[in-house]
Amino acid sequence: MLKRLTLAAMLSLSVATGALAAGERSGGTLVFTAPYGSSFATLDVQASPNTQEEFITQAIHRGLYSWNSIENKPVLELADSEEVSEDGTVHTYHLRKNAVFHNGKPLTADDFIYSYKRIANPKNAFPGASFIAVIKGAEEFIAGKAEEISGLKKIDDNTLEITYTGPINPGFPLMQNTTVIYPSNVEDESSFAKNPVGLGAFVFKEHVPGSQVVVEKFGKYYEEGKPYLDRINIVLMAEDAARDVAFRNKEIDVSILGPTQYQAYQGEEGLKDHLLEVAEVYTRNIGFNPAFEPFKDKRVRQAINHAINAPLIIERLVKNKAYPASGWLPLSSPAFDKDKAAYAFDPEKAKALLAEAGYADGFEFEVTASPNESWGVPIVEAILPMLKKVGITVKPKPVESSALGDAVTSNNFQAFIWSNLSGPDPLNALRCYYSKTAQSACNYASYASPEFDKLYEAAQQERDPAKQNDLLRQANNIVQDDAPVWFFNYNKAVMAYQPWIHGLVPNATELAVQPYDEIWIDENAPDARK
Amino acid sequence: MLRFTLRRILQVIPTVVVVALLIFVIFSVVPGTFAASLFADGKRAADPQMIARLNEEFGLNKPLMERFVTYVTDLAQFDLGTSFRTRQPVIDLIGDRMGASLQLAIAAMVFALVVGVPLGFLAALRPGSILDTVTMIGAVSGLSMPQFWLGLLMMYLFALQLNWLPSFGYGDGSFRNLILPAVTLGVTPLALLARTTRAGVLDVLNADFIRTAHSKGMSEMKVVRWHVARNALVLIVTTVGLQFGSLIGQAVVIEKLFAWPGIGSLLVDSVAIRDIPVVQGTILVIVLWFLVINTAVDLIYAAIDPRIKQE
Repeated sequence: MLKRLTLAAMLSLSVATGALAAGERSGGTLVFTAPYGSSFATLDVQASPNTQEEFITQAIHRGLYSWNSIENKPVLELADSEEVSEDGTVHTYHLRKNAVFHNGKPLTADDFIYSYKRIANPKNAFPGASFIAVIKGAEEFIAGKAEEISGLKKIDDNTLEITYTGPINPGFPLMQNTTVIYPSNVEDESSFAKNPVGLGAFVFKEHVPGSQVVVEKFGKYYEEGKPYLDRINIVLMAEDAARDVAFRNKEIDVSILGPTQYQAYQGEEGLKDHLLEVAEVYTRNIGFNPAFEPFKDKRVRQAINHAINAPLIIERLVKNKAYPASGWLPLSSPAFDKDKAAYAFDPEKAKALLAEAGYADGFEFEVTASPNESWGVPIVEAILPMLKKVGITVKPKPVESSALGDAVTSNNFQAFIWSNLSGPDPLNALRCYYSKTAQSACNYASYASPEFDKLYEAAQQERDPAKQNDLLRQANNIVQDDAPVWFFNYNKAVMAYQPWIHGLVPNATELAVQPYDEIWIDENAPDARK
Repeated sequence: MLRFTLRRILQVIPTVVVVALLIFVIFSVVPGTFAASLFADGKRAADPQMIARLNEEFGLNKPLMERFVTYVTDLAQFDLGTSFRTRQPVIDLIGDRMGASLQLAIAAMVFALVVGVPLGFLAALRPGSILDTVTMIGAVSGLSMPQFWLGLLMMYLFALQLNWLPSFGYGDGSFRNLILPAVTLGVTPLALLARTTRAGVLDVLNADFIRTAHSKGMSEMKVVRWHVARNALVLIVTTVGLQFGSLIGQAVVIEKLFAWPGIGSLLVDSVAIRDIPVVQGTILVIVLWFLVINTAVDLIYAAIDPRIKQE
């Protein structure tokens, strides 16, 4: 099964790379949908943690690093090269000399120092502050105890030295939407919320609140020959059904599909050949609270994993728009263990484990769940009869999405069902099982294992990526054996695209976020788009 | 007339105060916070430091009474607060969206009036005719159809099958983009207006003064124009007022479906992420709109029918 899934992931990759074949054509308008709400909160993307604003970031802004979906790792973006000290903590960046902001200011080291200080400024309470915290001295700055971030040093206009708190891979925190670089010569910072200025391939043109953001090609973009498109209309479309009609009517060029649409599109000529799929870095799970007596026993948690037929639920309810989870780290993680089998559906084994744990007669527990169709109340209702067969009674406790976050981070639950970030950085993803991570941070299941901690701490210190991944793979397997959660699935994100669109990539971090400077439109597009 | 107008306007004030109080209490006790909503989609790990910073910045750590006093004091100065999400004044956010909402509500009402009133009138003048039967079947269907479903049908028919109109969005603000959402939103008031007009006109047609007018030898056209239309107008104005007042509220679903950038979609998004100042401000504006329209209707009554002013 796992071999097949990996093959599926590879096929997704081949679809995308096929779309990148030679013959790029310049010009045209891309109508791209932003499906996560009916408004953009702000155009000041440093201030926003929402996925919705990432669409604007991709067009207008750039960070020190960016995510390369083909290589599946962060790569240098605003520097041509970097030198790393022996202990791995000091990185010297040789910045791009041809990068220019949309207001005409050339990129210099000052812009990085200005931007990182703005993000970490305690008065701003920006979401990216936790990412900047990997820079030495940032914690003190965030706490208001220092005037400067000591780890930031300008060598000259084109050279920046950053000292990190440890031998980390800074690519992950510094490729984020919330850590992009702004020009240091804009006096009124509040103007970023309405008139964003960046280094990206497209210049901000217009924002119609609640409707769309329009961007146009930036003539001085540092990548020669790019972007191909003249213009992008990023339109807000939260309703699946409305997006479906608009896509079929060729009013929009891409559409993110839900399970029902995915099933329908797969069966239709003209649509089924233009689906881009990827295993995203989210693990859907039911987290168990060890403060609830039965969940203290590992055998009970394992029994639940054996008692539920996850592949059946994925097939029937999620319409195969997910990959069964074998552990916490997802398929696309470099530390994923393809040889580690998932919990087999085995009700008899579940009964035996429950009996061993002293729960032969079963017990009852409550699952706090949002209405989400893929990881909410419908899934809890599906596991209900399966667990009943081994004597466990499940009671769904429906809450709204925002209330779910509150209940979980305040440890006010017996169990919860959620979709949680499990990549792309395996070190950061497994931090959520490190005993020193607070329950309210992301150790929601209050997991604590000395064996896991030892491996995790070793991985933190390891500088060889292959060896680090090996340690994290072992740590991940310990989590799987201890079953602090029911491992349900890894999200399969699916994007439908019009046949004239090329250059889309299987972005495992968020498929809806695409590198606009790579996208081009061929001759077969409708006249209005060419 | 001046005293009547002043009295009606003063009656609006206690209603607004009660509504403001209710909105505050409801959104203070419902579970979920804005800070927690930032992590609700699971796409990032919760950051307790950031949650604490945001709760402090937005004053959510303060006692309920203190927050209420601040809310009421600000409201008395026409300050609806600052959005948690965008950090912009709520009044600006609503201002950005109000134009699109009004455009949609007015277009829907005009459609309902232009089609619904004549249909109801004609149906009443020819009771039992084919036109009457078809109009009433259409009216019942219009009232019973869920707007969301009707909107999807319209999209499939006029955008996908016939390719006459765009299926979604505001576009460049063109009339073409307005047609589908306005017609979808206008179907319910249209149906109600057709039924009400028919009932009102039938009622007047059976009145003694109509028989008197006929017996005096007045032409059919004059009877309809001078007596029937004028007397049925009170009922029609009532229906128009109530429907127009509630259209902005009803538009929430339509705006969401057609990606129309009005205050309805702003409200839905804000409720989901617990952006309380925006929710409070938007609901207050919707309620105010309803009250203003109703007050205007009362004043129009008085102008149409002097008996109401005397009462």
